[in-house]
Amino acid sequence: MSLLPAEFADLEPFAEWAIPTERARYEKRLSKTMDELQGFYDAAFARLDAGTSYLEQYDLNDMPDEAKRLVWLFCSLVTVSFPVEVWRQPKVPDSGSTALEAVAEPAV
Amino acid sequence: MPHFTKPAEGSWTEHYGLGTGPISYEDSISPAHYELERDAIFRRTWLNVGRVEQLPKRGSYFTKELDAARTSVVVLRDSEEQVRAFHNICRHRGNKLVWNDYPWEETSGVCRQFTCKYHGWRYNLQGECTFVQQEDEFFDLDKSDYGLAPVRAEVWEGFIFVNLDKEDTTPLHEYLGELGAGLAGYPFDKLTEVHRYRSEVKSNWKLYIDAFTEFYHAPVLHAKQAVADESRKLQQHGYEALAYKIDGPHGMVSSWGGMSPPKDLNMVKPIERVLRSGLFGPWDVPDLGLDELPPGLNPAQHPAWGMDSFLFFPNFMILVWKTNWVLTYHYWPTSYNTHIFEGTLYFAPPKNARERLAQEMAVVTFKEYGLQDSNTLEATQTMLESRAVTEFPLNDQEILLRLLHKTAHDYVEEYQGPKRETPVRVSAAS
Repeated sequence: MSLLPAEFADLEPFAEWAIPTERARYEKRLSKTMDELQGFYDAAFARLDAGTSYLEQYDLNDMPDEAKRLVWLFCSLVTVSFPVEVWRQPKVPDSGSTALEAVAEPAV
Repeated sequence: MPHFTKPAEGSWTEHYGLGTGPISYEDSISPAHYELERDAIFRRTWLNVGRVEQLPKRGSYFTKELDAARTSVVVLRDSEEQVRAFHNICRHRGNKLVWNDYPWEETSGVCRQFTCKYHGWRYNLQGECTFVQQEDEFFDLDKSDYGLAPVRAEVWEGFIFVNLDKEDTTPLHEYLGELGAGLAGYPFDKLTEVHRYRSEVKSNWKLYIDAFTEFYHAPVLHAKQAVADESRKLQQHGYEALAYKIDGPHGMVSSWGGMSPPKDLNMVKPIERVLRSGLFGPWDVPDLGLDELPPGLNPAQHPAWGMDSFLFFPNFMILVWKTNWVLTYHYWPTSYNTHIFEGTLYFAPPKNARERLAQEMAVVTFKEYGLQDSNTLEATQTMLESRAVTEFPLNDQEILLRLLHKTAHDYVEEYQGPKRETPVRVSAAS
């Protein structure tokens, strides 16, 4: 069974990144190697422009589950963008043991 | 040579008469001084505890832990739609009235009345005691004498404040002064898409405010956040504010912000180009029906204006961005060298997934920067506590740090004794 819209079947191998909360997306990022983050980034970034255009057909508050998962997957792309595009490491440089946790966020 | 005009005195610091000498950070490393601040500041000033959107209907409530002020409050909308606050304590034997699972964790919800978990005493939304378990067993007990202990609560532009001082009757709008008045009318109520972050920070509360009331650090500490060429340019240029304003204990800094959208797309990261968003917020600005800015924003009337950052003493900051979104910061002390930081981002509700993702980009960028800021504070706190060095120079772009530490000192001194002078309201001679 596919988790994402049929038009984005090429992203199915990365469906594990369709995560509904920022906190869990961030935890996932920290659990991955740079090669894994790069692999996800390359696949998802290539489809970001087409994906946001595709998603515009839906009301944000009334989306089919497959479309919601695509939004979450692109939210994860945002989460991994700094490590891939700038730092070459999963953690924020010089951030040590500091945590900044989401305690409220709008659900998609 | 300044890029932006400074006051006739040659500096903002001299203009506001805050002194130019080095400052001591003993006020941030002394447990005894912190104990004084709790009573002198946190039990005697207006504290922002939330927004009216958190109380959408009758019976909506939330609790707020005010460790620094030695209490917890419950804030609610009563049966006449009024916002009220009470100390979160049962009148019978002092149990915390409203909590779930863990007594020290904040909670929220909707109810018709509050029932104490311990012996079942009940209170209505006006705080009146309405039920006493086995009332006949008590001795001449009159329920009307046992209402919840009220806390003054007032609302400014949708922000709910409480004041634990029973004697000071200064109304909230008067306390917020000229800077508060200058923001009146901003459509905060339209920014209902809220992301809130929380961090336990191992530093004195004032050190984080220091970090967020100066941008002198930004081109250096956050150098690795920008693309390499841009980072070099930012460091060479350094930071200068467009303007500073001070009124009483409160201050603001007005900043440029040409990054939203940037002049040159090569200045920003690839994903920012696609999502059209970044640190300065989404580039496509939502219409808030704002024909002109309230007079307190962009006080220099500069065309390069990007964002204004207000500190309302003691621990509440509001950042208003040109791109029609708002960020607030709160710093809640838990000891002389720890505090809880809250950062809350407020956007207009996104119309579609593209707008939602642009907001996500701004939110995540805020988090990446915040993580660096927090960790630096721990590094600062531990070395200040070494007392190896006891005096520190502050430059003109760090003027709001002087204001904060001076104001905090003034409140402590005033609290300590009548022989001392009351704090002088600092404002420009002009």
